[in-house]
Amino acid sequence: MLETKPRIEFTPERLERAKEILTHYPEGRQKSALLPLLHLLQEQEGWTPAEGMDYVAELLGIQPIEVYEVATFYTMYHLEPVGKHVIEYCRTGPCMLMGGEEVYAHLKQKIGAQDGETSADKLFTIKPVECLAACGWGPCFQIREKYYTHLTIEKVDEIIDELKQ
Amino acid sequence: MSLPKILTAHTHLPGIETFDVYRKNGGYAAVEKAIKTMTPDEVVEEVKKSGVRGRGGAGFPMGMKWSFLAKPEGVPRYLVCNADESEPGTFKDHWLMKTIPHLLIEGMIVSSYALGANASYIYVRGELMYVVRILEKAIAEAKAAGFLGKNILGSGYDLELYVQPGGGAYICGEETALLESLEGKRGNPRNKPPFPAVKGLYQCPTVVNNVESISTTSWIVNNGGDAYAAIGIGRSTGTKLISASGHLKKPGVYEIPLGLPVQEFIYSDEWCGGIRDGHHLKAVVAGGSSVPILPAAMLLKTAAGEDRLMSYESLADGGFATGTMMGSGGFIAMDETTCIVRNTWNFSRFYHHESCGQCSPCREGTGWMEKVLHRIEHGHGSMHDIDLLVDVAKKIEGNTICPLGDAAAWPIASAIRHFRDEFEWHITNPQEATRPGAVFKGHMELV
Amino acid sequence: MKVTIDNITIEVEPGTTILQAARKIGPEVAPPAMCYYEPLKASGGKCRACLVKVTAGSEKDPRPMPKLVPSCITQVQDGMIVENTVNEQVLETRKGIVEFLLLNHPLDCPICDQAGECHLQDFSFQHGVQQTRYEEERRTFEKQDLGPNIQLHMTRCILCYRCVFTADQITGKRVHGVLNRGDHAEISTYIEKAIDNDFSGNVIDVCPVGALTDKTYRFKNRVWFTKPVDAHCDCEKCSGKVTLWYRGDEVIRVTARKNQWGEVLDFICNTCRFERKNTADWTIEGPTKVARHSVISANKYGANKIVPEFARRLAASQYKDVHEARDTSQLNIKQLPEERFKALIPPAGESAVAGIRSIQNWAEDK
Ligand SMILES: Cc1cc2nc3c(=O)[nH]c(=O)nc-3n(C[C@H](O)[C@H](O)[C@H](O)COP(=O)(O)O)c2cc1C
Ligand code: SF4
Ligand code: SF4
Ligand code: SF4
Ligand code: FES
Ligand code: FES
Repeated sequence: MLETKPRIEFTPERLERAKEILTHYPEGRQKSALLPLLHLLQEQEGWTPAEGMDYVAELLGIQPIEVYEVATFYTMYHLEPVGKHVIEYCRTGPCMLMGGEEVYAHLKQKIGAQDGETSADKLFTIKPVECLAACGWGPCFQIREKYYTHLTIEKVDEIIDELKQ
Repeated sequence: MSLPKILTAHTHLPGIETFDVYRKNGGYAAVEKAIKTMTPDEVVEEVKKSGVRGRGGAGFPMGMKWSFLAKPEGVPRYLVCNADESEPGTFKDHWLMKTIPHLLIEGMIVSSYALGANASYIYVRGELMYVVRILEKAIAEAKAAGFLGKNILGSGYDLELYVQPGGGAYICGEETALLESLEGKRGNPRNKPPFPAVKGLYQCPTVVNNVESISTTSWIVNNGGDAYAAIGIGRSTGTKLISASGHLKKPGVYEIPLGLPVQEFIYSDEWCGGIRDGHHLKAVVAGGSSVPILPAAMLLKTAAGEDRLMSYESLADGGFATGTMMGSGGFIAMDETTCIVRNTWNFSRFYHHESCGQCSPCREGTGWMEKVLHRIEHGHGSMHDIDLLVDVAKKIEGNTICPLGDAAAWPIASAIRHFRDEFEWHITNPQEATRPGAVFKGHMELV
Repeated sequence: MKVTIDNITIEVEPGTTILQAARKIGPEVAPPAMCYYEPLKASGGKCRACLVKVTAGSEKDPRPMPKLVPSCITQVQDGMIVENTVNEQVLETRKGIVEFLLLNHPLDCPICDQAGECHLQDFSFQHGVQQTRYEEERRTFEKQDLGPNIQLHMTRCILCYRCVFTADQITGKRVHGVLNRGDHAEISTYIEKAIDNDFSGNVIDVCPVGALTDKTYRFKNRVWFTKPVDAHCDCEKCSGKVTLWYRGDEVIRVTARKNQWGEVLDFICNTCRFERKNTADWTIEGPTKVARHSVISANKYGANKIVPEFARRLAASQYKDVHEARDTSQLNIKQLPEERFKALIPPAGESAVAGIRSIQNWAEDK
């Protein structure tokens, strides 16, 4: 169980973005902003801590449990702290047909972390995900907002080496 | 032969993602035509005439869906674009939006006008955040040019268009789960009725359409519904984007005229260019992971021995016994190196992972099937497991809140239907079957 | 509006659901409901226990509906014809639903406070098959305290969402909910929080299984050894109308009163439920009417040494509805499929004694 930690709030710049997002919905429907606001929170904190969720609940005038219910339903919100780069690789059928198994095995070996783990240097977290809608360009993974497609062992080496710098 | 290009006529142009290039190539003409010269009902009429069917998977005629929209006085109506694209094997919407975002924006304006919506949403799967940014930029450009916002082109029609990111959940592609998610809730599909056309977003009448469906509307407005209906075959009118993946020489997104022979689609250099060198086609999942898998020979020819075509009717010919479905157009080709059991287990894991967990058959059944398939794949299966899988699939199918239950059941039922010997081989030869890369070399006919 | 269910035709108001119409006819044709709960808005549609076959949609459009429909949320149309207990597909599907619900369910009955008044027990007894085909590991959760008076055994939860709706609709401020998804979904507060408000205890009453239990009652007794008595008090927070559960002279539990379908009649406050445990707190009205097929009535037959399942079979085989005086002549029992009769007779060789022993052992262990 999580202990109470210091309060989390959006930076002024993010608060502005949050306010803009709230204008997208009709009166009384501000809960609609929940998913985008959780993305903002994760962008700021690197993950989705409970204190941040409580803050989002406050902003939207809803109960904290309504935020927890949503954050735990969707796969993109990291409920535990993660490494600097979260590598979300696609483990679904088409990517496997395109040689995914071999490439991902190499990736994990190179980083020294298995599924769900963070590397010792806290640089990388590996997370298997389902189809990323890039099946014809597989195997693929995603790091934050960027897609890496047509992966090969050599390409994985290049990407990881670059990120390590 | 010149191929009809409705969605991809300009996708090869450099800079087509910008407003200026898009506009120079005839972009936003449909908005001008619709808003200045047509009534909303006339737009609906053209879409009806076109016969275009929903491209998100179910294939429901779009014009008909639009005409079901309830129009009570004083209640807002919404158009929501389904850009949640998460069906394994499908990546066409992703490609279309990142390549030519204004095509979707223009379609959204035309469609919103037809439906009388003043606020419309594009719900994009959260993983595609970079596409969200592309769309937001395109919307800002269109707004600056007066195609969005208040009093569009001086017509008095107002429209705001918003992009909403999801949070990572395949189930939010199901239209009512999508609406729940857009309301800031868990993506639990709703029981139907009521349908979104009556009670959708915020309990108001709502139309949900796929990215590709909406993107066709500009062309239909510009060229007329009849011109669209002239392309294609029978009730499969127009063109369709096919996402081709797997063991093909040229995987990618293709716009095909509906009615193209499957044989040609796979082997012609115009399209996929054939199976990768030195290999042969074993099986195909023709419409995204949810549709029944077919052995190569059964895919290429119908039970009556005719060439199978890329159309809703021809792909479904023979029902589930010998046919499959068009689905969302995710064409996954598998050559002889593919282990059907492993692939089926992989898909079952997907559905287990993506079940929302609301209704008991899907919540419990998807996990059960995955575990049994995992066992078979890893050499611990027994013969009665095969019938067990068939029975569990049958108990899920048709008994759930939303079609994810069916989507989880069909791939398993069909894999066993057509590749039972391969499952049996796994069970009777566990040692051999669990060697890395081991594949059943039975009597299956390759093409 | 006319609707025909299992060949019995009844007149109902527009807007009535198939399930409500069937309940009006009587328990013989009422589909089982594991998630639907009439007092709670938006409940139903999830467990799929109540699926029925509509063989004719309406007078105007007499086509059958292609799929089985959830009777709890499907409204009747004039002239609709529904098959429940007379339809093979429905019964077969229901067996599947029982199997799904029990898949990850622990075999806790001997130590579960809900045993005897558990809807899942009833449902699986009436509609299930004897053996399981599930060879995999069951999902498990740690039990969790939701405040001082309520305990959650998540392993027993069937995710009916009733407690969530109750917290939303009765208590105003909800602190627990459904987290995660698929078969990992669970009822929880996420970070440890007590469910703390005057009406929170009602989640215990609405829970169809032993997932949410009253900590002030836990393990005090088995329900079929207790005597329920209706009573009321002047309560400033709620109606004060409750059922007291006695063991000897001692009030060991207070619950809301429930109707024949196990639905709460008046939600009660926590003071009544958890704190008023003296007879002196209450004005006694008299013994609670208990449906004769319920095991709670078992000791009134002097059959309190009998395993609950057997008691239920016995009661069911002698079934007569005591609450409703109605003409049963049109209820053609012969139309029920034969296996439904067979279900009333204990299978050959089954020993009731073993069951008694296991319960006695358990009692001695305590
Ligand atoms: C589990 C499930 C996932 C779905 N995913 C998508 C999707 O990602 N994109 C989509 O357009 N439709 C998807 N659909 C279909 C939608 O429910 C809906 O039919 C569609 O968006 C309607 O648009 P259309 O008529 O233009 O196809 C899905 C359906 C189900 C049951
Ligand atoms: S079928 Fe599966 S995904 Fe659909 S509502 Fe039921 S549990 Fe959720
Ligand atoms: S909840 Fe019901 S079925 Fe489950 S252990 Fe308790 S009494 Fe038995
Ligand atoms: S805890 Fe009980 S009431 Fe709540 S969802 Fe689970 S079974 Fe239903
Ligand atoms: S299967 Fe990997 S992106 Fe679709
Ligand atoms: S009672 Fe109808 S679905 Fe649960």
